[in-house]
Amino acid sequence: MSAPVTYRQPVSRLWWLKKRTYVLFVMRELSSVFVAWFVVFLMMMVFAIGRGEESYQKFMDWAASPVIVVINVVALAFSLLHTVTWFALTPQAMVVRGPGSRQVRAMKEVRVAGQWVPAATVVRVGGRLPASVVIASQYVGLVAVSAFITWLVLR
Amino acid sequence: MTKRHVEPIVWLLFSGGGVVASVFLPILIVLFGLAIPLGWVQPEYDHLHAVVSHWLTRLVFLGLVVLMLFHWAHRFRFTLDDGLQLRSFDRPIAVLCYGGALVGSMAALLIVLTI
Repeated sequence: MSAPVTYRQPVSRLWWLKKRTYVLFVMRELSSVFVAWFVVFLMMMVFAIGRGEESYQKFMDWAASPVIVVINVVALAFSLLHTVTWFALTPQAMVVRGPGSRQVRAMKEVRVAGQWVPAATVVRVGGRLPASVVIASQYVGLVAVSAFITWLVLR
Repeated sequence: MTKRHVEPIVWLLFSGGGVVASVFLPILIVLFGLAIPLGWVQPEYDHLHAVVSHWLTRLVFLGLVVLMLFHWAHRFRFTLDDGLQLRSFDRPIAVLCYGGALVGSMAALLIVLTI
């Protein structure tokens, strides 16, 4: 049987310019390009460090050229956009339970030999941490990691 | 059919890379992309070499790089699919994105092993 043919309204390739929220969405998605850019940058730097002081200096001279500095400023902006939007989405993507949670017995359906059959299970309920707590604790993590890396590199 | 088994793994790599990028990347860009090249701070080469060649740094570096590369691959795939309406080319786009991340991961492994 062939798939039914349905009409689809053509969507412009520039659909995301129509609304501010769409633009923000596409900017957020584009942040991945700068993640990849800086990963490559870091790999080149570590490679240069491994090859000796001279090649490290050469790398840093290249990294100080105006074009690369501008790219890295843009990369920092996109990276911060990624951080803020990622932290904001975490409480929607996962349930974080605090001390008030407890285990209860429940039923669920499992697939056995192609059949759905009921089975006993245990689930955790209650004590869900509010979104603001989840978001705030991520910023605490961000500050701690940033402080540690800065200390490690500059001490 | 195989696609169904691969999808959860790339999702896991995507979200793992998203977490890592959100926490580690801003400070790394500030330090190595701006502060050191522009001379705001100047750590000794020997110190940097010692930090980078420590086995724990190598391990963490490799983990961060692999996760962030697959984060890029997964997100960029859908940026092209949905953003530019290229859904009909999803297969080749996916091969290029995940393939690119895989090549990058291999390169990172080589770099880490030969510092």
